[in-house]
Amino acid sequence: MRRSSSLAADKLVEAAPVFAALGDATRLRIVARLCLAGPQSIVRLTDGGRVTRQAVTKHLHALAEAGLVRSTREGRERIWAIDPHRLAAANRWLEQISKQWDDTIDRLRAFVETDD
Amino acid sequence: MTADRIEKIVTLRAPRERVWQALTDAKKFGAWFGAELDGPFVAGQRVTGRIVPTKVDPETAKHQEPYRGLQVEWWIERIEPMTVFSFQWHPFAIEPGVDYSAEPTTLVEFELGDASGGTSLRITESGFDRIPLERRARAFAANEGGWAKQTELIATYLAL
Repeated sequence: MRRSSSLAADKLVEAAPVFAALGDATRLRIVARLCLAGPQSIVRLTDGGRVTRQAVTKHLHALAEAGLVRSTREGRERIWAIDPHRLAAANRWLEQISKQWDDTIDRLRAFVETDD
Repeated sequence: MTADRIEKIVTLRAPRERVWQALTDAKKFGAWFGAELDGPFVAGQRVTGRIVPTKVDPETAKHQEPYRGLQVEWWIERIEPMTVFSFQWHPFAIEPGVDYSAEPTTLVEFELGDASGGTSLRITESGFDRIPLERRARAFAANEGGWAKQTELIATYLAL
């Protein structure tokens, strides 16, 4: 880790809670389910799973704290949904793949630009 | 969330024919990319192989070494002489023992053109929107020097 790249470090620290929040299998499942099935209540999120409603509630609050999900009240129910803004940070994995392509191009360049 | 593709445009100081060969001759591709492929690239056909560290860059070879022998599977789509070469693969399929066969693939396209002093190359990888979020997060965790690890290092550094 280069200490000089403080801007990159800032970005990483900013992203840390996102990955900490996603670093749990149950929370990942919750996020995946909200992504795939759209906004839903805790009752529906718990439906069919082995995790208790209390546990799901706890995970949702952890995810909300990381800014990954948010909730709105609809009648007597609270509806949970993905917060796309914050999730974009998790999408930075594309940057990682992008970086890999830069490295890949370097290797191709070394291969074709060298006489053999 | 809308970033479904990665695009790279570069100019290589080499004749177009040479670049084309480096991309579409499976042996040559493997030599620089860091893989050993079991057969030639044929449009419409699947090709299997395994990671074997690159021969062109010792530094990268070192990073690839832990993945030596890891199976790769590509589906060749288009081979249009001197112009387009494309295939489908599983991005970030680097977790040992994981069966990726049922997961969505991304499309990798190489497009060649003439450029002054060499060959222009456009590389696009698209279809990331189809990759499940769970896989993305795991890819992060699995990637050496990935976000999880770097974040940990920085957290340690900042706590000092």
